[in-house]
Amino acid sequence: MAGKTSRDVLIRGIRVLGHAVREEPRIFAVAVGGSVLYHLLIIGSAYVVGAVVGEVVVPALESGQADTRAVVLSAVALVAVSLGRVLGMFGRRLGAGFMQYRLQASYRRRITRRYLELPLSWHQRHATGTLLSNANSDVEAAWFPIAPLPFAVGTLVMLVVAMGSLLVTDWVLALVGVAIFPALFALNVVYSRRMAPRQARAQQMRAQVSAIAHESFDGALVVKTMGQEARETNRFAAQAGELRDALISVGRLRGVFDPMLETLPSLGTVAVLLVGAVRLSQGAVTITELVSVAFLFTVLAFPVRAIGWVLAELPRSVAGWDRLQAVLTATGEMAYGNTTLDPQDGRPATLVFDRVSFGYPVAEPAPATAPAEPGLSTEPEAAARPVGVPERAEVPEPAGPVPVLHDVSFTVPAGRTVALVGPTGSGKSTIVSLAVRLVDPDAGSVTVDGVDVRSLTAASLAGTSALVAQVPFVFDDTIRANVTLDREGITDDDVWAALRLAEADGFVAVLPDGLDTLVGERGAALSGGQRQRLTLARALAGRPRLLVLDDATSAVDPRVEAAILAALRGDRSTPSDATGTAGAGELPPGASILVVAYRRATIALADEVVYVEHGRVVGRGTHATLLGSTPGYAALVTAYERAEAERERERAYEEPAPGTPAIRQGEEVDA
Amino acid sequence: MTTVASESTSERSESTWQTLRRGLALSPELRTGLAGTLALALVAMVGRAAVPVAIQQGIDRGLRAPGGPDLGVVGVVVAATAAVLVVTTMCGYLMMRRLFTVSETALAGVRVRAFRHVHDLSTLHQQAERRGSLVSRVTSDVDQITQFLQWGGVILLINLGQVVVTTVVMTVYSWQLTLVVFAAFVPAVAVIRIFQKRLAGAYGVVRVRLGAMLAAVSETVVGASVIRAYGVSGRTAARLDETIDAQRRAQQRAIRTSVVSFSTGEIAAGLALAGVVVLGVKLGVDGTLGIGEITAFLFLVTMFIQPVQIATEVLNEAQNAVAGWRRVLDVLDMTPDVADPGERGVDLPPGPIDLCFSEVTFSYPGGPPVLVDVNVDIPPKTRVAVVGETGSGKTTFAKLLTRLMDPSAGTVLLSGVPLDQVRFGSLRSRVVMVPQDGFLFDSTVAENVRFGRPELTDEELAVAFVDLGLGDWVDGLPAGLATPVGERGEALSVGERQLVALARAYVADPDLLVLDEATSAVDPATEVRLQRTLDAVTRGRTTVAIAHRLSTAQAADEVIVVDRGRIVQRGPHEELVNDPESVYGLLFASWLEQTR
Repeated sequence: MAGKTSRDVLIRGIRVLGHAVREEPRIFAVAVGGSVLYHLLIIGSAYVVGAVVGEVVVPALESGQADTRAVVLSAVALVAVSLGRVLGMFGRRLGAGFMQYRLQASYRRRITRRYLELPLSWHQRHATGTLLSNANSDVEAAWFPIAPLPFAVGTLVMLVVAMGSLLVTDWVLALVGVAIFPALFALNVVYSRRMAPRQARAQQMRAQVSAIAHESFDGALVVKTMGQEARETNRFAAQAGELRDALISVGRLRGVFDPMLETLPSLGTVAVLLVGAVRLSQGAVTITELVSVAFLFTVLAFPVRAIGWVLAELPRSVAGWDRLQAVLTATGEMAYGNTTLDPQDGRPATLVFDRVSFGYPVAEPAPATAPAEPGLSTEPEAAARPVGVPERAEVPEPAGPVPVLHDVSFTVPAGRTVALVGPTGSGKSTIVSLAVRLVDPDAGSVTVDGVDVRSLTAASLAGTSALVAQVPFVFDDTIRANVTLDREGITDDDVWAALRLAEADGFVAVLPDGLDTLVGERGAALSGGQRQRLTLARALAGRPRLLVLDDATSAVDPRVEAAILAALRGDRSTPSDATGTAGAGELPPGASILVVAYRRATIALADEVVYVEHGRVVGRGTHATLLGSTPGYAALVTAYERAEAERERERAYEEPAPGTPAIRQGEEVDA
Repeated sequence: MTTVASESTSERSESTWQTLRRGLALSPELRTGLAGTLALALVAMVGRAAVPVAIQQGIDRGLRAPGGPDLGVVGVVVAATAAVLVVTTMCGYLMMRRLFTVSETALAGVRVRAFRHVHDLSTLHQQAERRGSLVSRVTSDVDQITQFLQWGGVILLINLGQVVVTTVVMTVYSWQLTLVVFAAFVPAVAVIRIFQKRLAGAYGVVRVRLGAMLAAVSETVVGASVIRAYGVSGRTAARLDETIDAQRRAQQRAIRTSVVSFSTGEIAAGLALAGVVVLGVKLGVDGTLGIGEITAFLFLVTMFIQPVQIATEVLNEAQNAVAGWRRVLDVLDMTPDVADPGERGVDLPPGPIDLCFSEVTFSYPGGPPVLVDVNVDIPPKTRVAVVGETGSGKTTFAKLLTRLMDPSAGTVLLSGVPLDQVRFGSLRSRVVMVPQDGFLFDSTVAENVRFGRPELTDEELAVAFVDLGLGDWVDGLPAGLATPVGERGEALSVGERQLVALARAYVADPDLLVLDEATSAVDPATEVRLQRTLDAVTRGRTTVAIAHRLSTAQAADEVIVVDRGRIVQRGPHEELVNDPESVYGLLFASWLEQTR
């Protein structure tokens, strides 16, 4: 059974290699050509050495005088063979290397293109680590056998030629070759088959060790503040121990096979000596031929192992290829339509949610493609859980999407501001994602200016609406690039105007390189509030007609937020859009705004409030109406006042209150 | 940017031998049974010389025996050689077995030590390194060392041994021909070494480019929603292509160098063979050498070339492995600047904790001071709120208080004990901070909450959520406490993640709880409720809350106002708010404007 499976892997592996050859036929031809040249010259060198011994050395020693011409010719022939081999090696190594690197680059490009094309819902189903290893180690694994492939092809050619020349030389000596070379080949095959599952397991353990390290270092602050370094180390050590055991098992197998593979050709050489001696005494072969054949066995031993390398890498290659295909053939991309909205001179757009329902698909616990062999489940992220921290928890019933939104309907009229209010976890961020079409609804529709967002082109969609997410994402680039994102027509003046509006101009101005300052990985050089203001500026710089803010000012101090909101509001209330388009460096013209908010000030700016609870719209109307009509809303927005009032009451009862710290310093007071 | 630069300079600052010595000093296990392994390797190597010697003996004593071919002699030679080969094969097996066991065990230890060490480094150090590069210290860098020790190291050892054995046999046959062979190889080795250095540089570039490419890919994956929302996939694709191609070009440059280096050995081999024939024939004619010896020599030259070539290749790997080893050692050598006093330390006295900042100043390395001359006493069981604008230094205050960082000057005392003398075991169990970004591990709500207290049962966790007034929220989750939170908790909303992080700190049962904007993304009603329940459950303990929602300040016993690194006001809210022109007065006015 296992044999059949590995044969399947072998066949599929050869097919994968076929893809590679079809993609880079010319480079492959160069590599194989070089390799064949190299290998034929290996045989050639055996015969040259044999000839030199038989035709030059023996006569010279027997006659007691050297034929200078023959000696020089021998020397030239030996050097020529070397130069030819160098030529072959250049072709093979450069060809194989270039082919491997080109394939890697090409597939990395294809994979990352798919990442950009596939919808957010697909991204949410796949762990970041998996996607990273698809683009990195899976690409590497898929094309790993490419490096030894031309060498192996050359070896095969060499074996055929060697056997042929053996037969021509002497059929009895050829029998030794017939015994040794297939045995060597068979040993290699057995070796790779038994090695493949062990290697796969080691690879899997490696991925798990890496996953734990990644997560643990990501959460380093939590580990530190909770003093759990020892526990985390134990969790890591357990996995590192498994990796160690897997690697030792790989090593034991190597210990068995490597010395055998090395000894077999040597045994062949001494067998040639024995058989050759018999044949020589019978006069069937000359000493030249005997030496040639013995030499042949010595030089053939090493290259034959290249076939083993290719075979050993095939299962890994197939597994990598399968995972690449899973990405390349993944479906469900949110195709863009071909409708372009009339930009209307930048006047605000209308957003309508009509009976929208949505559920998040459940994360995929396993890769789309099952591993080719039972022992080959090398999915790096799966099962990376330690003892105590269970596996990526079992998917809860039911298996279908977990409903988040039910029948959500509301409108953001052109030029108006709508506040989206609701308790933590009520589905606000999901509504926001739907509004800018990061995800598509399961039922109902989202329209902008009367057009379903699904039928808009990517450019029209991105040019119309802008989202400022709750958690700011900053690219490892300059401030300028982070604001413009290379969108056309955004000048430095526009950038500064947007930064000013987002109250980010102050900190940018004092940065060492101003707009050219690099912000580091994920904006590490900036504080949370600065990152948030930078992403706000990014949204404003595109002059969106619909601005969607997902609690985007939460990391900003109240005063700063107030300033930003005042600017947005002031800008929108000025009749600038009536007098014409805003010039370069001016504030962007007004936009319709959908804003997720908790703060009363933000809510106060809104023309209408949509209140959601558990994924349903529970109330719509002005702040005042909702205060009266919707108890949940009232509880939420008046929380601070009520808390304060309650405190006042308590204080009144509890007087004298526990002394203020200022006066009770140093003394123990019980509550 | 800067990390890359410093990485490549540190790679050149130390010689290979120094690194190896440091590495061996750190893993003495590697020496375990080394003598035995080497002895086995030596025997295994002798097998390599068996075949040419057999050929020479077979030809000179058997085939060309004075009275015509003597098959008996050939038979004896062949049998003896076969026996030697069997023995050396077994020695080879035993040697590899030992080598694998020892090296894997030793380096698993290094892996775990490096992992622990990264956690022991201060947050400053941790943040200075790219997360991915820290991960490679305990993964690919260690793999490179083991791979080298086992594949490369064995091959290098065997091949160097083969060079030695071959040289000895060659010298026995003919010192003159040996000189010819060396004359061809010594310059070749010199040339190879030059290319080796270039190759090390070329591989360094490959590694840096690989890092850049992975960073670009990870940005594409993590920033998928921004890329989509702004329709900038074209720009992202261009950046990706740029890094992918840069890496490919670096790889191609490296392989070009390696081919040139490798072909040097091949040419030297050709020259050596030619030289042996020319001089060999002359010596043979003079009667110094026999045909068998010359033939054996031609074999020996081949046996000399192969290991030199292979050793050349392996040395390439060795460069990478040594660089990897150096990077691991560098992490281990990094002294944690916020170190656990360990045995020398003391435990915090039992009971509620009071804290005192005395003349505390802090600045990041090379930066302006973030906190200046801070003096503050907070009595036990007080609830203190620290407020101030973004960048005023309030988070730094929290980090100093929990000893995530040490002050540049001055002292922080908890219950009268200088903080740097408190054992971490005591500190981390008594003082818990909830950071703003409540990182969650990719498991369930329950597992995350019991992170600090693995022994807690689900029932106890459920009670804890009820204590915090979050029972309803847990019940509303798809699978309650068993709900998976996703990678970094991303299956939950930002606010929900904060709730879990808060519960995690609460069940840890600290005497001093530090909240760093721990509820910044939670809705006001929940926040107020949490505040009340927290007040109730933390009664009798000290809490310090860093807040920008001033509702927290209103509820606190005392408010500390930080402005531009200094404490400008302190006192209860009612007092501070009386001065409308003060920093606090202005902050509060703005707050009111926001919330009313």
